[in-house]
Amino acid sequence: MSRVQYNMALSGQPPQELSVWQKVFVFIGMLGLLVLLLATFNYQFPNKTLWLSLSLGSICIGVIGFSWSLYGDKPSGIKNDGVWFKPLTSRGLWAWLFGIFITLFYVVLYFFPQYLGLNADAENTGLIVLFDPLSYALSGNPASQWFMYGTLYTLSILIFGIKFIWKYRHSQYEVIRTLSVMFFQTAFAFIIPELMARLNGESLQLPYYDLKNIWPLNYYNFEQYRIDGFLNSGTIGMALLIFGVISIFVITPILTYKYGKRWYCSWVCGCGGLAETAGDPFRQLSDKRQIAWKVERWVVHSVVVFVTLMTTAVIYSYLDYDAAKYWLNKDIFLGLVALLLTLVFAWAMLFRREELQKDAQYGAIGYFVIIIGLLTIHFFWGSQLFLFQAETLRTTYAFLIGSVFSGVIGVGFYPIFGNRVWCRFGCPMAAILGFQQRLFSKFRITTNGGQCISCGNCSTYCEMGIDVRAYAQKGQNIVRSSCVGCGICAEVCPRGVLKLENDSPEGRINPKDVLLGNDVDLMNYVNQK
Amino acid sequence: MSHVVIIGNGIAGITAARHIRKFSDKQITVISAETDYFFSRTALMYVYMGHLKFEHTQPYENRFWKKNRIDLKQAYIEEVDFKNKKLFSAVGEEIAYDQLILATGSVTNFRGWKGQEIDGVQGLVSKQDLELLEKNSTNLTHAVIVGGGLIGVELAEMLHTRKIEVSMLVREPHFWGSVLPKEEGKLISKHIQQHGINLLFETELDEIIADANNQVKAIITKSGQQIECQLVGVATGVKPNISFLKNTELETDKGILVNRNLETNISDVYAIGDCAQQREAIGNRKPVEAVWYTGRMMGEAVAQSICGNPTAYHPGNWFNSAKFFDIEYQTYGWVFPKQKEGFSDFYWEDEKNERALHFQYKTDSKEFVGVNAFGIRLRHEILDAWLTEKLSIKEVIQQFSKANFDKEFSKKFSRQLQKAFQQSQLQNA
Repeated sequence: MSRVQYNMALSGQPPQELSVWQKVFVFIGMLGLLVLLLATFNYQFPNKTLWLSLSLGSICIGVIGFSWSLYGDKPSGIKNDGVWFKPLTSRGLWAWLFGIFITLFYVVLYFFPQYLGLNADAENTGLIVLFDPLSYALSGNPASQWFMYGTLYTLSILIFGIKFIWKYRHSQYEVIRTLSVMFFQTAFAFIIPELMARLNGESLQLPYYDLKNIWPLNYYNFEQYRIDGFLNSGTIGMALLIFGVISIFVITPILTYKYGKRWYCSWVCGCGGLAETAGDPFRQLSDKRQIAWKVERWVVHSVVVFVTLMTTAVIYSYLDYDAAKYWLNKDIFLGLVALLLTLVFAWAMLFRREELQKDAQYGAIGYFVIIIGLLTIHFFWGSQLFLFQAETLRTTYAFLIGSVFSGVIGVGFYPIFGNRVWCRFGCPMAAILGFQQRLFSKFRITTNGGQCISCGNCSTYCEMGIDVRAYAQKGQNIVRSSCVGCGICAEVCPRGVLKLENDSPEGRINPKDVLLGNDVDLMNYVNQK
Repeated sequence: MSHVVIIGNGIAGITAARHIRKFSDKQITVISAETDYFFSRTALMYVYMGHLKFEHTQPYENRFWKKNRIDLKQAYIEEVDFKNKKLFSAVGEEIAYDQLILATGSVTNFRGWKGQEIDGVQGLVSKQDLELLEKNSTNLTHAVIVGGGLIGVELAEMLHTRKIEVSMLVREPHFWGSVLPKEEGKLISKHIQQHGINLLFETELDEIIADANNQVKAIITKSGQQIECQLVGVATGVKPNISFLKNTELETDKGILVNRNLETNISDVYAIGDCAQQREAIGNRKPVEAVWYTGRMMGEAVAQSICGNPTAYHPGNWFNSAKFFDIEYQTYGWVFPKQKEGFSDFYWEDEKNERALHFQYKTDSKEFVGVNAFGIRLRHEILDAWLTEKLSIKEVIQQFSKANFDKEFSKKFSRQLQKAFQQSQLQNA
């Protein structure tokens, strides 16, 4: 080519190179990770407090400094330049390397914690023991692999939360929402349970309890060891147990009715917290095809059925051990489960039938018949409840859903499938909240008349894979069970078409064929057809 | 079964196709030389900036078309035989139609400058333009954009993301002077400048100069200033894409002349979208409306006519929107850029945040006629109703928070607005 090379900065090229400052901060952050890696390979750091602080400190400086170099000198506004050019955010080489790295981390964490320094009979070593100083300070106990993980998890939400706030600083909604997520993770998931552990003793045997972690997301909440712990902890224990029950049956429906499931999924939840902060750069990778939506509905609702069966079986299995301790006996319990399921099913079928698609109706009927059928068979013929051992169901769920789906796939595959794979395809809590959001809530994303230009930013940046544009270009409000209310569609919309809001449930769903702005007679003629 | 052929797969043509399918069982063929599938033209900029991949700009999945029995055909139509109802493609293929909808859109309006055929001079309308821009961006350090309007500011924003220095030649004393009154013109001009774009006001292009390889080397303005650059972005508007229809019996002017039913002078031939020109302008609208929304509305209307329900194109209240770097713009009704006899203005600008509202109303009756909003989102439905009901400016200001479509927790402004309005009324009294 004959054109003169004007400079070596490759102007005119898609922005995918890191600036000098960005490289510096990546390096600083990597130093912090290196310390953790050395500890994993059993390098003995002489002063654990110092080295843990140095390591976590340089990770913080790395991430926050990197955010500064990305957004600090730029005017506030949408910052998606080059998202599809950078290898890390467009399934390039770095995305795969990063994905493999996190996946490996989760595999080791869940299935081979000994490589992190967990020792069954002796004191912990390796990476875990590096976290001892912090663990002693909080709970008074040595660190476990879960404490180490919890610390890194919370730290990620905090530092990437700062990055997110920087990126979306023009939007109060995003700023407040992110502060909320950061707060709930730090206080409820991290500090309070550790302090609760410190209070434990003779009269108090509280299980580790993240109060915002609601069944069925914490599928283990009603397992026997936890129930025993609650019951052996006097009034506080009883209060926590009751809280655990009413949070799913009372608090959740009320809040979801008023605000949609976002009150939980993108404001409170820890999984959502990580997805919205550390996972934000990967939101555009979610699959928007209709086929993905079909798979999603079947998989996520199957998980709900699975967790319901599993929990019922587990509670059932320990109920009659000590008749004096549990007023609830096996028969009453199964009766209550059957009653609740029947009520929910009957309500949806009677009052919301027209809002359910055909296959959703078949699916609901099918699952309902199976569960009630199993209960009936058991009741009259006394066979094994749900055909499997409760323990088998429990361990299978814990392995497949609790570990592999939510951790290994859910987070490990962020850079490949997007940041909400678990929330979308796997989380039973999200499915229950979504069921409610779709059928009984004031929340919707309102579409602004005829202003949509079908550009596709909203759909592309929807982490839940909702084809937002398909609704917006029809002038139809978005009322979808999967929407977590992150608000990014409304941010990236260049024409002010989308608004998340809670309004009266009347007219929430409003399909149109001819949009506002055209002849009024034509609109009436076509839209009433 | 009659065969409807639509030339052009943009928003106008595709909307027509979708609605015809909805209301009839006709055979539908959509012909395009540009792309295989419908895409959002307004989103081309986001592909260049890396916000989207090209496939994200396609509003329907590829299987949509087959499912809805809309045949897509990639062909360049070179000739139309209106008498025998036949189209001829560039490769000599013959396509027969019963009804023809021309939705061929726009092309860049080169104004006949000396040197406009040099390599590196281009507009931004088609997907091919985007590909050309990608090619022209290699080793590009300085670009000149001619024209301070919507395509101009898009081009500026695009090139800016690749660290290319941009100078914009703006004919008026402020940005988009043909549409924006001077207050907001200045607000937006300042915003664009803050993003590092070099705005040259009251400057027009005279000549483009090539280097030895017929590449752009520099431009010369009408005042004789020479600016070195390797790209000239032409953003002085678009014109109907109808050159292949000249010298046929189809009546054309700037665009294809149509009546209110979007019928041309030839029966069974319709024209919609950017390429159509109303024989008589509708209200304050231009005879040729090159806007996404009007293209869609014409598509909705023509589909009715094709399906046996003759329908006039009868658009409601005017509205439009755009985004200038980080400032969103919406407009409803009419806000005239130059002071107009019988109309009064009320302009409010937030002192702290980059946002503003510009209202116009009839001086005598106080009837509200239009509003420009910057950095503030407004509810289309509410504004449309207010315009139709001819509310007074006072009523509009009083209940303006009803029209607010800003995101939750956004900073409120209605009190400030009302206070400013009261003051302006006192001054006027």
